[in-house]
This record gives sequence, structure tokens and C-alpha cells, in this order.
Amino acid sequence: MKTVKVYGPGCKRCETTERMVKDAASKLGVEVAVEKVSDPREIAMAGVMSTPGIAVDGRLVHAGGLPDMAKLEGWLSA
Amino acid sequence: MSADISSPVRPERPGWVWHLGVAAFVGLWWVVYHQLIPFSEWITSLFPVDRHSHTGEAIAFFFYDVPKVMMLLTLIVFAMGVVRSWFSPEKTRALLSGKREGVGNVMSAGLGILTPFCSCSAVPLFIGFVSAGVPLGVTFSFLIAAPMVNEVALVLLFGLVGWKVAVTYLFFGLAIAIVAGFVIGKLHLEGWLQDWVRDIHSGANAPVVAEDERLTMVDRYKLGIEAVREIFGKVWIWIILGIGMGALIHGYVPEDLMVRIMGADTWWSVPAAVVLGIPMYTNAAGVIPIVEALLGKGAALGTVLAFMMSVIALSLPEMIILRQVLTLRLIAVFVGVVGSGILAVGFLFNIIF
Repeated sequence: MKTVKVYGPGCKRCETTERMVKDAASKLGVEVAVEKVSDPREIAMAGVMSTPGIAVDGRLVHAGGLPDMAKLEGWLSA
Repeated sequence: MSADISSPVRPERPGWVWHLGVAAFVGLWWVVYHQLIPFSEWITSLFPVDRHSHTGEAIAFFFYDVPKVMMLLTLIVFAMGVVRSWFSPEKTRALLSGKREGVGNVMSAGLGILTPFCSCSAVPLFIGFVSAGVPLGVTFSFLIAAPMVNEVALVLLFGLVGWKVAVTYLFFGLAIAIVAGFVIGKLHLEGWLQDWVRDIHSGANAPVVAEDERLTMVDRYKLGIEAVREIFGKVWIWIILGIGMGALIHGYVPEDLMVRIMGADTWWSVPAAVVLGIPMYTNAAGVIPIVEALLGKGAALGTVLAFMMSVIALSLPEMIILRQVLTLRLIAVFVGVVGSGILAVGFLFNIIF
């Protein structure tokens, strides 16, 4: 079970990112709990300066723009 | 992106195919761009109206300007998307952290144009900058320049009003960002941030995501295409509405009306334009076609530029977002300083031109 946090104040790209994470997880058959973080304070604390950001099991792996699908699958299956 | 989801194993096209493709696209673009006047005349001739009537003028204006602006935007947004792939907020922060004011403000305003920025991440970016030791005034220079001097505004000004006004806007937009940031820095208002921002130890020292190191040129092209897709999704409706409005004004609004309200001789027109611009929420794409038409009807350049800068740089929604990190007093100073800069530019222009 992986915990994935998607950081973003709620713009369209952040929602797309959240959906991409879920799609990738179900495709890989990995169980994930996706949490959407929209509080600016928490986003900043995580070290994310450009949203959307993604953290997998507490490790920040991506910030700014939509993630690359292949990379996303890499982070989830690592 | 959905294509990637369905076929992740699709073999990559080799780099040379991409280079060739981009070159072919630019060539085709060039050819089509030079056929736009005949195209708009042809479309207009299909309407059962006299070409030289108000309606005919408005139709020709619309069908020339819409494709022209769309094509210019495609090319420039793509190019900027590629250029921006070499920049990131993390790199910019590293460049600016601990910089002296003055030099820092100049660099910051310049980087504000080149660094990918979306107003939805203004708050995390602000905190990221300030907590990593970027001076407050330098941070403000970035936050003023990034939305105000953007390629959409510049392309629209270039396409609809002319290159002189576009260059002027670029120059004075940067100048306002630099000077306003410098002034805010000199006022030493760090105490006017929200308490939690001052105390924060954000992930300034957290491992920075270093994804962009291995980008190939093809990846950068793709980022450019992504940028075009995203910007178009946001602005196409504004462009059509804006140019439509512009076409109507072009054809119907009496000339002396605008000269009286927005001409250079009415001293109060510049402050009125700035105040009017604050609550207006639209982006560069929506406002510039109107600007162009107003200019054509005798509104003074300084007044119109002031209006445009105010709409883009002093938008109410952005202030509401920044309210999360700034106290009201600091927002008031921000509006006051930037507003004064815009006023100065407006008056200066009305005197010069």
C-alpha cells in the first residue's frame, strides 16, 4: 500500500494529475491511497513551489506541470 | 496525455523526425500567415453586405484578426514553452536567493518572464522564495513581472496594435516590476507577512526535484506543444469575444466619444483607467482586442496601457490568493506602489505620444 499525495490548490492540472495517478495505479495493479493536498501552507511545507506536486510515501518526486506517464508508473512501482 | 495512457509502449519517433517536423511546421506557418488578408477578404465577400459599410468593416476585421492572432500565439507560445523548459522555479530561486536588492530586482523581473509560472501556484512560490532567503522586494519583482509581462499579452499587442507598443509594454512592464519590488524592499515590510509565513521553514532545503536534467530536445518540443494546448484551452474564447467586441467598436462606436473620455487631454482618465482595471477580471487575451479598438478610436495610448496593466497586474482574484500570505496592510502597499508605477507610465505616455 503506497500513500500518494498530490499537491495543488485545485486548478485543472491538479485534478488531471490526481486522475493520472489513480489510472496508473490501477493499470499497474498497485494499491494506493491518494490524498489531495490543497492547503497552501502544507503545499509550501512540502517544498513544492510549482503545482501540481507529487509525493510517494513521503518523498517528493515531482513538481510543476503534468507528470510524464512513464515516470509516474516508475515512481508507483518502485 | 491520454494517448500516453493507452499506449505507453508506443515506440518513440527519432529526434530527426521531430526537428524536421518542427521546421516543416514553421515553414507552413509562414506561408499560411501571408495568405490571411486574401482569406479574410474572401470570407467577407461571402456575406451579403457592402465591403465598405460598417458591417463589412467589422466582418473583415474579425476574420483577419482572429486567425492572425491565433497563428502568432501558436508559434510564440510554442517557442516560449521550449525556452521555459530550461528554467524552473527551483533554479530561479537558487539564482535569486541572497541576491542584493537592485541587481536582484532586475534579475528577478527578467526571470519572471522566463520561468514557468501559473497564478494558481503564486502562494507556494512566494513562500518557497521568501523562506529560501530571496529578499521580499526581489520576490515581489518576480510576482509582478511574471503575470504582467507574458507572451500572450505581448503577442496580442504585437499582432493587433504594432511592435512599437509591444516593445514599450515589455520595457515599462519590466521597469514597473523592478522599481516596485525595489521600493517594497526598501520599506522593510517583512513584519507585515502573515505570522505563519515568517515562522515557516519550508522545504527550502528539501531535496529538490531534479527532473529536468535529462530532458532531450524532443521532450522540450513536447513541453512546447503542451504549452500551446494549455494556453489555447484558456484563451481561445477570450480572443474570439475580445476581437468580436473590438470589431463592433471598430465599426460602430463614434470616434469623438472615446476622444472625450479616454483622450490625452482629460487628466483624470489615467487614474480612472487604473481604478477601473482592478476589479475587472479577464486576461491579456480578453482585454487587448478592446484596447486596440479603443486606440483606433482616439483613446490615448498612455490611458489604454494603464488600463491594460491594471487589469493584468492588479487583479482582485490574485490579491485574494495573496491574502493567504500577506497582511492587508502589505497588500495595500503592493497595490499602492504598483498602481503608482502604472499611473506614472500612463501619464508619461500621454505626454510623449
